[in-house]
Amino acid sequence: MIEQIVYALPFLLGGFQTTLIVSVLVVVISLVGGVLLGVALIYGPLAVRLLIRVFSDTIRGIPILVLLFFVYYGLPAAGMPLDAFTSAVVALTLFKIAQVIEYVRGAVQSVPKGQDEAAKAIGLTFTGRLREVIFPQAFRRFLPPWINGVADAVKGSALVSLLGVIDLMYAINQVIGRTYDAMPLYVLGAFIYISINYALSATSRHVERRFSYIRE
Amino acid sequence: MGYDLNFTLIWRNFDRLWGGLLLSLELAALSLVIGILIGLVLAVWYVSAGRFVRFLIGAYVEFFRNVPLILLVYLVFYGLPQVINIAYDATTSFVVTLSIYSGAYLVEVFRSGLEAIPRGLVDAGRAVGLTPYQRLVHVRIPTMVRIILPALSNTFISLFKDTSIASVIAVPELTYGAQWINFNTFRIVEVYLIVTAMYLATGYSLLFLLRQIERRFRVTRQ
Amino acid sequence: MINKEMGATVSGPPLLSISQLIKDFGETRVLRGIDLEVARGEVVTVIGPSGSGKTTLLRCVNFLESYEGGSIQIDGREVGFLDLATRKRRGERDLAAMRAETGMVFQSFNLFPHLSAGKNVMLGLRKVRGKSTEEARRIAAHWLDRVGLGHKFDSLPSELSGGQQQRVGIARAVAMEPKILLLDEITSSLDPELVGEVLAVVTSLAEEGMTMLMVTHEIAFARDASQRIVFMDEGVIAASGPPRELLAQSAENPRLDSFLSRFRASHF
Repeated sequence: MIEQIVYALPFLLGGFQTTLIVSVLVVVISLVGGVLLGVALIYGPLAVRLLIRVFSDTIRGIPILVLLFFVYYGLPAAGMPLDAFTSAVVALTLFKIAQVIEYVRGAVQSVPKGQDEAAKAIGLTFTGRLREVIFPQAFRRFLPPWINGVADAVKGSALVSLLGVIDLMYAINQVIGRTYDAMPLYVLGAFIYISINYALSATSRHVERRFSYIRE
Repeated sequence: MGYDLNFTLIWRNFDRLWGGLLLSLELAALSLVIGILIGLVLAVWYVSAGRFVRFLIGAYVEFFRNVPLILLVYLVFYGLPQVINIAYDATTSFVVTLSIYSGAYLVEVFRSGLEAIPRGLVDAGRAVGLTPYQRLVHVRIPTMVRIILPALSNTFISLFKDTSIASVIAVPELTYGAQWINFNTFRIVEVYLIVTAMYLATGYSLLFLLRQIERRFRVTRQ
Repeated sequence: MINKEMGATVSGPPLLSISQLIKDFGETRVLRGIDLEVARGEVVTVIGPSGSGKTTLLRCVNFLESYEGGSIQIDGREVGFLDLATRKRRGERDLAAMRAETGMVFQSFNLFPHLSAGKNVMLGLRKVRGKSTEEARRIAAHWLDRVGLGHKFDSLPSELSGGQQQRVGIARAVAMEPKILLLDEITSSLDPELVGEVLAVVTSLAEEGMTMLMVTHEIAFARDASQRIVFMDEGVIAASGPPRELLAQSAENPRLDSFLSRFRASHF
């Protein structure tokens, strides 16, 4: 069994690299996009808020796989041919953006109303209140669920293998295709994913504890 | 390049989508039930067990929460028959996978539900003279059920969406039906519009239904 | 008993002038035409049963709540509106500037949890009054000392007791040098043994001439610290006057009488 794992490792490493790249791209782009849209959802004009709401609810209401296929097969038909890698990143990023929007909304709305009132009482303007009082607290509430969500992005990245992108999952199946010995490879793959994600959720729990003074 | 929407081919093959939707719901429901059994038993065991058992249950939960579902599906369908002398079809294998997967999440749900039971209720049960087993069955579990009902509904809706992964091992649920129509008619945009609508409509209907049920069983917080 | 006759002057045109104030929450009329004046240096306490509108009244003064009718003026300037006839609201900056002139201390403290006690007090000084960091730090340290918490400058609110948090809240409001201090049931959330330290701070501020409008359940404190007590019931002022006079009025005023009877046994 050890020989199989040793044989497989170089291929898996290449796939692992792709998994990391996909995950990082998705997490970073969705963070920027999601925070911007999330803030727009809370403070924007009605039309904008409605649009973002519909977007977010629709994306979160369908399976990631459906979104993935829709983007991969649908965009070329609509005149925008994208390669597998780009389609995959686009689809996963859209999905994650919807999640980040929810994290932002939850974080800001969980800041007690009394905080805004106390900030008003000392004479801070709207932007001043957001900058000095609301956002610092919202940020600390945003971080733990978001870090947890990064683990979801890593798990979701495994689906890109279905589009032919050579990530860790694809590499595992590829090796099994040659060696016919499935179980050890799947178990190994599982442990690689676990190492990444467990580290992330442990970090999330640690951050939550460190910032627990924020919650009364 | 223009694209003319043409839904007729979709309607002609609609039974694949409709049948797929029903199968998805069945898969989700079945997995939820089995997952509840697993989760409840393990949660009850967890709260009254020692460190070693707690470690084992914790390991089970962490394993299934940190591995992509698709890998688990492959592992159970392709990997397991190589080590254990077992032969099953794709659908059965998927139900096994999703049940154990949901069980891991439900252990957490039930555990925090049990720990959220107000101490006063258990003490009242003791004061009345109920045995530990009676307290479990007549006081703790009913109370816990009411507390965790929202989390349970959300889990069911999640599972319903997770059934789309079954399509990778050719289980004829909704997403597989969509892909079949996609490959056989090339009506990509139409089929995925329909399927998106179906997932959304089902999801919201489930949400509405489950909120109604929750309302009937709501725990009033003092 | 605060001897205001010998202390700071209670005179001149009213600092706060509330006239025919009307406030609705949806269908319910919560304030039905309130008339109230607070002179510079005066301490006025509002008492009354829950639901009488006393907290709402306070929150209108710094426009945390808008009002549908009537007028609230601080030093002659209308608080919420540019023009009473059209009821055109003040802009964001305008409103913020007006709020900087009033200080509020809240029942639930509302300290900023991500900032230390000192930084809580410094925030308004730096961002609203435009003071430099060193200047703000100096002023904040002075006020925290004044409320007995100079040694807790770097402590987070989560590390402070309720009474300490409330005293920081008072320092935060007073450091802004507001024209009038609004105190909204500031001891209602405190354990009984912590109430005294907070009331002591309020008393000393009053002795130094701070203008205050206070809502409280601490009737004994109201009697000792205020020049005037106002009794509110169901959205109107049902009785008002200096503490001794008010108690005398309870003989003719049944609502006042029944309200005070709850406290009579323990306080009077």
